[in-house]
Amino acid sequence: MSERISAEVVAKVARLARLDLTPEEIERTTTQLADMLEHFADIDALQLDDVAPMAQPYPLDNVFREDVIAPGLDRDEVLAAAPAAEHGRFRVPPIIGLDL
Amino acid sequence: MASAIEIAAGVRSGALKAVDVVERHLATIGKREPEIHAFNLVMTDQARASAASIDALVAAGGDPGPLAGVPIALKDNMCTRGVPTTCSSKILAGWKPPYDATIVTKLAAAGAVVIGKTNLDEFAMGSSTENSAFGPTRNPHDTSRVPGGSSGGSAAAVAAGFASVGLGSDTGGSIRQPAALCGVVGVKPTYGYVSRYGLIAFASSLDQIGPFANSVADAAQLLDVIGGHDPMDSTSIPLEHPSLLDAIDHGVEGLRVGRITDLPEGADPDVNERVEVAFDALRAAGATIVDVQVPAFTFGLTAYYLIAPAEASSNLARYDGVRYGLRVDAEDTNAMYGVTRAAGFGDEVKRRIMLGTYALSAGYYDAYYGKALKVRRLIHDEFERAYQHADVLLTPASPSVAFPFGAKGDNPLAMYLCDVYTIPANLSGHPGMSVPFGTGADDLPVGVQVLAGTLCEPQMFRAAAALERAVTQGFGK
Amino acid sequence: MSGRDGLPGDWQLVVGLEVHVELATVTKLFSASPNRFGDEPNTNIDPVTLGLPGALPVLNRQAVELAMRIGLALNCSIRPCTFHRKNYFYPDMPKAYQISQYDQPLNVDGFLALPDGTRIGIERAHIEEDTGKSTHFGGAGGRIHGSDYSLIDFNRAGVPLVEIVSRPDIRTAEQARQYVTELRGILLAVEASDAKMEEGSMRVDANVSVHLPGTPFGTRCEIKNVNSVRSIGRAIEYEARRQIDLLESGDQVRQETRHWDETDGRTHTLRTKEDADDYRYFLEPDLVPLSPSDAWIAAVRAALPMLPAARRARLAEATGVAPDSEAAMVVVDRGQDEYVLAVGAAGGDVARALVHVKEAFADSPSVPPADLAKLTTMEVEGTLTATQAKTVVADLIANGGGDAAAIAAAKGFEAMGADDLGPLVDRAIAENGEAWAKFCAGEGKAMGALVGAVMKLSQGKADGKAVTAVLNVKKG
Repeated sequence: MSERISAEVVAKVARLARLDLTPEEIERTTTQLADMLEHFADIDALQLDDVAPMAQPYPLDNVFREDVIAPGLDRDEVLAAAPAAEHGRFRVPPIIGLDL
Repeated sequence: MASAIEIAAGVRSGALKAVDVVERHLATIGKREPEIHAFNLVMTDQARASAASIDALVAAGGDPGPLAGVPIALKDNMCTRGVPTTCSSKILAGWKPPYDATIVTKLAAAGAVVIGKTNLDEFAMGSSTENSAFGPTRNPHDTSRVPGGSSGGSAAAVAAGFASVGLGSDTGGSIRQPAALCGVVGVKPTYGYVSRYGLIAFASSLDQIGPFANSVADAAQLLDVIGGHDPMDSTSIPLEHPSLLDAIDHGVEGLRVGRITDLPEGADPDVNERVEVAFDALRAAGATIVDVQVPAFTFGLTAYYLIAPAEASSNLARYDGVRYGLRVDAEDTNAMYGVTRAAGFGDEVKRRIMLGTYALSAGYYDAYYGKALKVRRLIHDEFERAYQHADVLLTPASPSVAFPFGAKGDNPLAMYLCDVYTIPANLSGHPGMSVPFGTGADDLPVGVQVLAGTLCEPQMFRAAAALERAVTQGFGK
Repeated sequence: MSGRDGLPGDWQLVVGLEVHVELATVTKLFSASPNRFGDEPNTNIDPVTLGLPGALPVLNRQAVELAMRIGLALNCSIRPCTFHRKNYFYPDMPKAYQISQYDQPLNVDGFLALPDGTRIGIERAHIEEDTGKSTHFGGAGGRIHGSDYSLIDFNRAGVPLVEIVSRPDIRTAEQARQYVTELRGILLAVEASDAKMEEGSMRVDANVSVHLPGTPFGTRCEIKNVNSVRSIGRAIEYEARRQIDLLESGDQVRQETRHWDETDGRTHTLRTKEDADDYRYFLEPDLVPLSPSDAWIAAVRAALPMLPAARRARLAEATGVAPDSEAAMVVVDRGQDEYVLAVGAAGGDVARALVHVKEAFADSPSVPPADLAKLTTMEVEGTLTATQAKTVVADLIANGGGDAAAIAAAKGFEAMGADDLGPLVDRAIAENGEAWAKFCAGEGKAMGALVGAVMKLSQGKADGKAVTAVLNVKKG
């Protein structure tokens, strides 16, 4: 966690997150993230080797639903709220430049 | 004004008309809402209609339920069918959910009247409600100050008498901190106590819905209604919860109240003073004060600000302009994503998406997110040990009373420190609540935070009720 | 010089297959919309399917059960497991993350035995959700590149999938074909999926590399869009040769994802792995761990039907054919092995029944086992020749059964006795002197021509075995 985050990394993260940030925003975000990460380095002092990660607060397992159909949503209502739709489907601009 | 419990009793008996209750609240809204801006939407027509149908049910001999005719304000991140639900974000402006959140269904079944959708920091990210895309909410106690956040709208609505009770969501203190700053009761239940189905996610493993109320009893009644298992939420605890309204009468005789001796410093003296008085009050009421240690408490902030943004970065990826909400057109879909999300999200949301994406990305996961999950375990385990010695813990809910707009400037970290006392309970999943306990600087409300172990809401509410009584018994200010 | 599988030189092929199968549940993996192919677009949708704000997933118990069936049928261990989010943006992925299993999958460490007994390791078989479907419009006719816009249907989004990942144990294109065919048979047998490659309910990606013996595995390419068993073999063979050509001309193979184009018979670069994927996997906080109890696992195991390999072995044992013979493969694949055994149980000859069923029962006709049994008995007793029997079988099929003896009599069939056979055999020897000389010189192959000649002279009434016997006697 020692090296300060660079603008290049921030720009790459912005691309991953699909946020078109302006160069000024990249610059400002770089400074802010760097300051935060510096503050967050406080946990580096902790001895955590024998500590298991905790992803959920309340321990549950095997929660299921039965394989039974329930009423769904009305297509016309849903498509009416979509930015663009036609022929019962959602319309999007050409799908290019998406490196899956 | 009558309490929620009194309103419900009156409406159920026919002595009180739900429509009159709604009109009184609408009148109050009419007077002060322009100044406070607690709501993104006041549901005048729907509230009147639902109050009228409750009165009709009573007239026909029916029972609308334990919240009959009680006006309630919902944070605008809870899905209400056909009613705009925005998260105070441009990216969802105008979106009408085609379904109801589980709590909305439960409230309707209990006879509550939803009076409006309240303002919040965009996607619940903030501690002042200044991050709303639709403008800030003002603190009813001093309109030059923030109401806290992120559930500032619900806190202000209950404090200003716009609604009898309210619901907020608490991911790192977003109910308890605004409750403290607005001088109302605010509860974050045990994780899994209240269904999250239909609550628009900020950080899924931390989010909990909880009540705002003007009394501990009203908060208990509301939590009794909205709590309980929901098969639509896999993380919902499959247990029957005991009535909290019954629990609050039990007093605190013999209750062990813990003082965290290694609590992080940073609270203002006026706040610390009130917390000391709270210990005295509970001791006087028959509780035992014990010392406990939670050495990792101080690391909560770091763990939280890695875990919550990481989950948020994933939860907010769905706002992509394809199926609902804002779209800014572009020549191809990938470009559309970037410009839509840049236009639709505010600065704080973008900052947290960036932080969270970074914390999860290849090469950094172990150093940030992975490590934060371990700290989370550490904090949880330390609290569990503390709760072997104490039934409840007392801390400040907020390091300070309500602060002026812009006080935290452009420094995100300064704002994040507002949550230092509330965050650990979200990480550990334990319940916590803020109880108004007198005033501090500038005669502004101070909230004392009562923390308790997993599903120990009854003990937490007993302590809270005792503090509430103590204010009127010589421990007020 | 050519190596195995037609590769030039000593080149050795290394293939691992990733097979996605849609599970045959009634509803989706995490929500209660129908899991149904072919419905009107966007009619099987709900808040979870569309990734609406506030929606939460709840795991379908039956999907887990079917995934366990697959795991057990593939000799996997079933483990306590978790779900992760795989984050990436794509318009047919509603939440911008796919819920999948990452480092703790349900099924691990199994194998699939090819018909000849070769074991292909199964690394894992995990549960995940399917995406929606994009259709591209404008531009160059329905292709993604150069299209003007796309339309998205989310009916398929959230349909439960199991991804079965083999180890790189496959060494020939033929083995890859066999693997997929065998896997499909298993999936159908355990009723976990309808496994229709043409409808996309079974989808195969192949990881292909080549190397020389004694050297490390080469750089692999992932081949997508392989939509039939036939194209699996073609795509792998093409890709192997492409890689060998590169390597032999001094170039390197780039790690990339390639798209199989059925029309031109080539693979094309889809995307390179240089801009490495960063899926930011993390535990799905909206779901809890899955840990099937021993009792549940035992119950699923106990309810598993007999799998194709065991059925072939049983059929082989009963009929005397090899388990990987065409007859055993075809008849088990059609699910007619039980029928063949039933003919045996009804007193018939299972070996003859196997031949008739393989040859004539492709359309799954309904013929009572006892009726076919009687026919095979007549054959074995020599009262019907094989050729006559075929005709009677056709009649049985056309009429949904019947008395084989009555049909044979009506057609005037009766196998020739040895007395009638002698003159015909003599005539055949006279007309095929050369074959007779070869036969006498010990060339077994020549017998076929002689038997054929006798059959022709008898107009199909002679019994092949009887003719052989007479020929052998005459040879002395």
